[in-house]
Amino acid sequence: MTDSVPRIEMRNITKTFGPTVANDTISLSVRPQEIHALLGENGAGKTTLMNVLYGLYPADSGEVLLDGAPVSIREPADAIANGIGMVHQHFKLVEPFSIAQNIVLGSEITGPFGILKEREASEAVGELSHRYGLDVDPDALIQDVSVGTQQRVEILKALYRNADVLILDEPTAVLTPQEIEELIAIMRGLVEQGKTIIIITHKLREIKAVSDRCTIIRRGRVIDTVEVGSTSQQELASMMVGREVNLTVEKEPAQPQEVTLRISDLHVNNSRELPAVRGLSLDVRAGEILGIAEVDGNGQSQLVEALVGVRHVESGTIEMKGSAITNLTPKQIFDRRISSIPEDRQRRGLVLEYTVAENMVLGTHDDEPFARRGILQQEVIGEHAGELIEKFDVRPPEPSYLAGSLSGGNQQKVIIAREVSHDPEILIASQPTRGLDVGAIEYVHRSLVDQRDRGKAVLLVSLDLDEVMNVSDRIAVIFEGRIVGVFASGEVDEHQLGLLMAGGSLD
Amino acid sequence: MTDAKNKGAALLNNPFAFALLSIVVGVLVGAIILVVAGYNPFRAYGEILAGIFSGPRNIATAIVRSTPIVLTGLSVTFAFRTGLFNIGAEGQFLIGGLTAALLGFSVSLPPILHIPFVMIAAAMAGAAWGGLAGYLKARFGVHEVIATIMLNWIAFYLNNFIVSLPSVQRPESEASYKILDSARIDILGAWKMSDVGLAWRRENAGSFFAELLRAEINWGIVVSVLVVVLIWFILNKTTLGYELRAVGFNRDAAEYGGINVNRSMVISMAIAGAIAALSGGLQVMGRTQEITKLAVMEGNGFDGIAVALIGNTTAYGNIFAGLLFGGLVHGGGRLQARMGAPSEIIDIVIGTIIFFIAIPNLIRVIIKARERAKAKKEVTDVA
Repeated sequence: MTDSVPRIEMRNITKTFGPTVANDTISLSVRPQEIHALLGENGAGKTTLMNVLYGLYPADSGEVLLDGAPVSIREPADAIANGIGMVHQHFKLVEPFSIAQNIVLGSEITGPFGILKEREASEAVGELSHRYGLDVDPDALIQDVSVGTQQRVEILKALYRNADVLILDEPTAVLTPQEIEELIAIMRGLVEQGKTIIIITHKLREIKAVSDRCTIIRRGRVIDTVEVGSTSQQELASMMVGREVNLTVEKEPAQPQEVTLRISDLHVNNSRELPAVRGLSLDVRAGEILGIAEVDGNGQSQLVEALVGVRHVESGTIEMKGSAITNLTPKQIFDRRISSIPEDRQRRGLVLEYTVAENMVLGTHDDEPFARRGILQQEVIGEHAGELIEKFDVRPPEPSYLAGSLSGGNQQKVIIAREVSHDPEILIASQPTRGLDVGAIEYVHRSLVDQRDRGKAVLLVSLDLDEVMNVSDRIAVIFEGRIVGVFASGEVDEHQLGLLMAGGSLD
Repeated sequence: MTDAKNKGAALLNNPFAFALLSIVVGVLVGAIILVVAGYNPFRAYGEILAGIFSGPRNIATAIVRSTPIVLTGLSVTFAFRTGLFNIGAEGQFLIGGLTAALLGFSVSLPPILHIPFVMIAAAMAGAAWGGLAGYLKARFGVHEVIATIMLNWIAFYLNNFIVSLPSVQRPESEASYKILDSARIDILGAWKMSDVGLAWRRENAGSFFAELLRAEINWGIVVSVLVVVLIWFILNKTTLGYELRAVGFNRDAAEYGGINVNRSMVISMAIAGAIAALSGGLQVMGRTQEITKLAVMEGNGFDGIAVALIGNTTAYGNIFAGLLFGGLVHGGGRLQARMGAPSEIIDIVIGTIIFFIAIPNLIRVIIKARERAKAKKEVTDVA
């Protein structure tokens, strides 16, 4: 095999779903031992293309060549037989099974009469994990290991089936920054050992960090395939979105006014009744964005839940403009014009089975004019949705579409539209851009700044340090349930924040 | 290929055509069972159809049989739509019947008051019974399936215990006293058994009305349809329905949206209980006029689960599903009488038909698999 023959070539792949053309004559060429990135916004057709390659969907037309020879991949078994393995964004693991059991599942090592040879499976997995430097304990149960480890198990599953080409679908979406570093090292190691990797992502930084070449897909069509080394993040972003995008947030200096939200010596437990927020005090002023920087699991989720009333406050007070709102019901807090963009939009922000219009009145559904004497006023609700859809550019602009059928970015727009339309005095945004693509992120950040400029208080909680540093006017660092430092934006750098987030000090 | 695909997709998206296809598949498999058991399936199905449709008496009886399960089906549907699984329709049905019987014979009121009084009281008792399961879930996290199954048994033995009380049990019987005429909702029920009525029926034997009167016709089905409409309205047009459904779809989002989730669960189970209990009440008021000591559960509530599934857990679906189910049960009875088929075979055939309707997912999978196979062939052809 020479370098001139692509390891994988997809020619003129077209795939439609009803009237939607997900892939429009897409051609893709991946070199041997390459890390090739597929970049595109949510819904651009990247995952569809890879599902075609993996045999999950049949293409309407087009062909696939491996090492220059046409192959027919009709189902995942064909893909596996041809040495193609795929790690899906949502893991497909049996939680109560051990790592080894999960990896051999479907091709178990058996003795006479089909008796399982568990020890040999465990040893085989151990050996495999050594060979590729993917460190796992074969006998640990999936339910007990971290998300990062689960992902390694998925990769090992593919390698156990002799995968030579690995497709990774949004592999970093669920990982912590440290786990992302580890994954990148793993990917490099695999390529050194002769593997070829296709990574689906919309995160520019990761593409720059790990991949050799990048194919940009927009609305089902290939825009270009570029050498990553000689292309800037800005250029990649523009090609992905189809217009110039701002990767930095443009905003005027904040004009903070009086304290709107005052949190004093707050104590909140987590679901296991262990202290999560331990004596946290914080002020948020009108006309500023206060960002909270933290490593996941330091109490930020519980803090937000307590603020919006879905989690009990053990002690301490939360005040809004001087009056206590501690332990009020979510409805009471909402009625005082505190809105929130929840961290998990599909679980907490939306009822996916409800229409966009119905979602846009969640929380105000029993207020006039949306309801009269307990009867929903469908027309008013529809008109209201129509206005918000136009104002917040929700696509497709259909109030009657189910929220679950929208892309992640548009789902987030629905939530922001709903929450901002209440004209909140305090807006709490938790991980507001998680899983969103560049265009949508720009939009969300713009909305937060607009809210601030209208003299409202914004509390931003994010695991994405870049986001906190870019958007916030002040940054509070939280560690083990307490604030360990509050700084004006620009006063500290990423390194210093990282130190504080890890429990260190600046002295 | 595109046509075939569109056809398949259209079938999946059209609930009515889909239900029809499911029935056909169920009937075919049922026919195989009949052949294996040594009965001519054409004759057997002919008898079942005749059992349902031959004459006003049979049609009316099929409807009367359907009445209780339309409502227990609605009860299960309502809970299901709000994210709860009401296995307790059986017990709630018994509580409703018990309440109706007790208040039917012990309270004396003019019919215009007595009938609504007994209906409302039966529904209220069921609301409390169902609401208890909802409260146990909201307050202590007891799963409603467990709670309602246990409440079924409590209702069952409570029924038998109360029937055996000296002040309730009719002497020389295993049943309660009969309810007063003022609480009855059967149509001409007292008249048709009177001397005058019997004489009229003898004279006009074979006429449409005389035939109709041979069935236990009552106003129950009318009330049931009205309740179906009411529940549809509550679910889809009111803020209460909006909140209950939101909780059913996504508890967390509902809670974030300021909806009181615990309260919603109690209300939902209370309404489900009220519907099933009303069904029990109507049964006593329209047909039995008494309650009896039970040896086994009668299954009105459990059949309601099947009815709800056949009706695709939509409010209106219960009417059609209940009629289908009631019709099959009634028509199946004729199979036994005319062909000597054991009732077990009839139950198996009916069960098979219901099974195929109630598991639309299986049919969906079959359709999709066929599409995939076709689509794959297409790809190969192109390649």
